[in-house]
Amino acid sequence: MSPQHDLNYHLAQLTSDLDARISDHFEDVVIEISPLNLLQLAGELREIGFDRLGMVTAVDLGDEFEMVYRVTSRALSSSAFVKARIGRVDAHIASLCDVWPAANWQEREVWDLFGIDFVGHPDMRRILLPEEWPGWPLRKDYDDPNVIHRPDYI
Amino acid sequence: MAKGGVGVALVDRIGAALNRTPGGIILTSVDALVDWSRGQSLWAFPMGTACCAMELIAASFSKFDFDRLGTFPRPDPRHTDVMILAGTITEKMKPSVKLLYDQMPDPKWVVAMGNCTVSGGIFYYDTYSVVRGADTFLPVDVYIAGCPPRPESLQDAIVQLRELVKQESIAPGNRRERKGNLPRVIAEGGDAQ
Repeated sequence: MSPQHDLNYHLAQLTSDLDARISDHFEDVVIEISPLNLLQLAGELREIGFDRLGMVTAVDLGDEFEMVYRVTSRALSSSAFVKARIGRVDAHIASLCDVWPAANWQEREVWDLFGIDFVGHPDMRRILLPEEWPGWPLRKDYDDPNVIHRPDYI
Repeated sequence: MAKGGVGVALVDRIGAALNRTPGGIILTSVDALVDWSRGQSLWAFPMGTACCAMELIAASFSKFDFDRLGTFPRPDPRHTDVMILAGTITEKMKPSVKLLYDQMPDPKWVVAMGNCTVSGGIFYYDTYSVVRGADTFLPVDVYIAGCPPRPESLQDAIVQLRELVKQESIAPGNRRERKGNLPRVIAEGGDAQ
């Protein structure tokens, strides 16, 4: 069995077990999952060989946030996106620090710029902005009175 | 160099004057001597916060070599006379820049290198995290426009700065007035803003 078949088999298992939806985006696998099952899915992915968490970010969709994780596997020569949608009010999701320690600073960055709380994170502080910064700058509804907006004629 | 070129004229005259005075005594004003010696060795604190620092580094190495102007980069603010602000200053970096400026001994000068330190540059509009110009919290003496400025511009800034240095006097109450709405008591512990 080739690693690719192996991967497809494992992913199919996960889909049924964890109620995830799998699709393809170019050469990457995209796994959409409920935030409740995220931590379990992350553990399973780590088990089958996805040993590197390359990116954690979020997208502001207006009425909700979409968390995006990109994981890669050297053994399987493969990569996957994991996406989970969470509500905008009291936005929170499970921290993946226990699965991939690399999540630590990246989740702090998402907390810093989007204000999404990571439950179980060992050190949930701002990382790029000063600690007393008001608001979450990458949210679509962020309005900082100090920002000068570019006029149309420039 | 024609206007106010006290230091250079002094250098030119030293040789001739020594020939004329076998005893080796030269008379000059204290201000001219002090300003000349200060202007000839403006050690720089390279406050490189972004990409302009690349040009600052290039300027200090052999191809451009601003050591020949007496400007020598030192990594310690307590050894330096001029802070060269090279690069975008973010709100988070601002307290550190100010702290390092406060640690420099008097007399001290500031060169704002590049558009970001002059005014915020391309980050002026629609940015939440960038300080719009170093002169909002530091008394800048020389501004260099450019994105980034060439090393030659930096050398020209040092030459311009010498002209400013020559206007200084060591007499109390006679210090050069800083122009504009700039904070003047930063070194005395006051909050700049």
